[in-house]
Amino acid sequence: MTTAGWEHFEHQADIGLRAWGPDLATALEQAGVALTAVVTEPETVEATQAVALECTAADPEFLLVEWLDALIYAMATRRMLFATYEVHLDGLDLHATAFGEPVDRDRHAPAVEVKGATLTGLKAEPGADGAWRLECVVDV
Amino acid sequence: MDTTRLRRESQFRWVLDPQGAMRVPGVLYADEALLADMDDKVIEQVANVAALPGIVGASYAMPDAHWGYGFPIGGVAAFDPEQGGVVSAGGVGFDISCGVRTLHTGLSRADLNGREEALANELFHRIPAGVGSRGRIELSPAEMDDMLAGGARWAVGAGYGRPGDLERSEELGRMAGADPGAVSDRAKERQRDEMGTLGSGNHYLEVQRVAAIHDAETAAAFGLREDDLLVTIHCGSRGLGHQIGSEALKAMAQSAAGHGIDLPDRELACTPLKSREGRTYLGAMRAGINCALANRQILTHLTRAAFADVLPAADLDLLYDVSHNTCKEEIHVVDGVERRLFVHRKGATRALEPGSPNLVPALRAAGQPVLIGGTMGTASYILVGMAGNDGRSFGSSCHGAGRRMSRNQARKQWRGDQVVRELRQRGILVRSPSLRGVAEEAPGAYKAVEAVVAAAESAGLSRRVARVEPCVVIKG
Repeated sequence: MTTAGWEHFEHQADIGLRAWGPDLATALEQAGVALTAVVTEPETVEATQAVALECTAADPEFLLVEWLDALIYAMATRRMLFATYEVHLDGLDLHATAFGEPVDRDRHAPAVEVKGATLTGLKAEPGADGAWRLECVVDV
Repeated sequence: MDTTRLRRESQFRWVLDPQGAMRVPGVLYADEALLADMDDKVIEQVANVAALPGIVGASYAMPDAHWGYGFPIGGVAAFDPEQGGVVSAGGVGFDISCGVRTLHTGLSRADLNGREEALANELFHRIPAGVGSRGRIELSPAEMDDMLAGGARWAVGAGYGRPGDLERSEELGRMAGADPGAVSDRAKERQRDEMGTLGSGNHYLEVQRVAAIHDAETAAAFGLREDDLLVTIHCGSRGLGHQIGSEALKAMAQSAAGHGIDLPDRELACTPLKSREGRTYLGAMRAGINCALANRQILTHLTRAAFADVLPAADLDLLYDVSHNTCKEEIHVVDGVERRLFVHRKGATRALEPGSPNLVPALRAAGQPVLIGGTMGTASYILVGMAGNDGRSFGSSCHGAGRRMSRNQARKQWRGDQVVRELRQRGILVRSPSLRGVAEEAPGAYKAVEAVVAAAESAGLSRRVARVEPCVVIKG
């Protein structure tokens, strides 16, 4: 497993996101890419605009849910897709910049809107090596 | 599914006797083959729901049940507010009041001959569909609140439809008890320019042909004849409902312990019906139902405009409008006693029997039309609630086929352009802004709906009235 990355895992009707990184902030950045990949191929999205986002939660698991919900909200209301992210954590206060562009239906062929992050199989924990591993099923 | 934990009560009714924290039994309606196909997680989720406070009767799974989050999709459960009963945001789902509406056209399939392409193009042009689409209506804050309080009745008053449409809709087009003030600004912002949009994923608009009549008497009561041309719309409460669901889920998950509720799975997030939080969610969720009803009403208006351009002889009358993801206050008789219960249907349809007091007057004699969506390459079904169903499932039935494989698996197996081409060869025209979306929704990615509706009929939930097949499909 590379030091930071993401993949999808199977959930019957919906889609599971799995992301990992050497620290929680990096893993959350990867979870953002995994979210984009539900809608389109992330490499087709150009990082031409920056959007500032903030959220907070009582624990890392709910922070993952809040972060994904904040991205889902920004994607829906701004009609944008995001390619990359910069996440900074001050404790469990998250400050981020999401880099992306408006949806281009010809280039992105966006398959499905994400409705929200669920609490099913929700995980956010550091492993023995200190690397963070995140899991969340999103409703599509 | 490991069926050894279940007791077979009849060919189509399987019981999970209370064990552990379960307060009531679990009841699964399915034949042996459907049950074998179900994930073990369905039993686990049925049992978890049975452990929630104030549950009445049983925790039910419909024949199309599959692994959801918290509740199974295809799950039905009723709660008594006087017995500490709860309302669960996870038990309603994110797409509040996602549902199906079917319209007559007054035409037969032959009337569409030679106009298929023109109708497909006109519908695709008029109906905003897919990720990133915007509605043609932008609501002011005051209009938003009126819409959330008024539902389809608001839409008809604003010029999107006819008064007659309301007589053929659950709640007569307006869910009472909605509280626009309980809906967050973020939810309203997400909806501001999404009215009259179809959405994406498994949402669709289909022009369909009645391919077979199974129950002539009920078909006549519903005004259905073989070869009739129909229109069916499947969509929900759009961004507003999703946002209400997301916010309530997180809030209820974190407050449950404070209400003394021990959640076996956080996704079962719930709160007492009588708590302030419960009343606030009910007010917001009902506003979400009105949003879905108004949205399907506006889509109906756009569909009529498309037909008026291409097939001016058409007259689109509403057959019925059903909702899948709801919690509704209903009167049910339990062990001979009338009780006021809050019935959650998550990926399940009401299927009210003839004479039900919960059914709109226009359909009380015949029973409720139950509209079951199939895939864009197979068939959908119109069923009717069966006598005695109130005692079997609080008047509920299945809602669709359910996926056989995940979106990622489907995308590996099919290409969108191939799916479109193959369907065209079979006389089905597909219009979609996303070929990737078409691949993920390929007919083969879904289970066969026939087995599901046959089991629903054998179990005494809902009886087949007509089978309908798609001619034109608009996918989001």
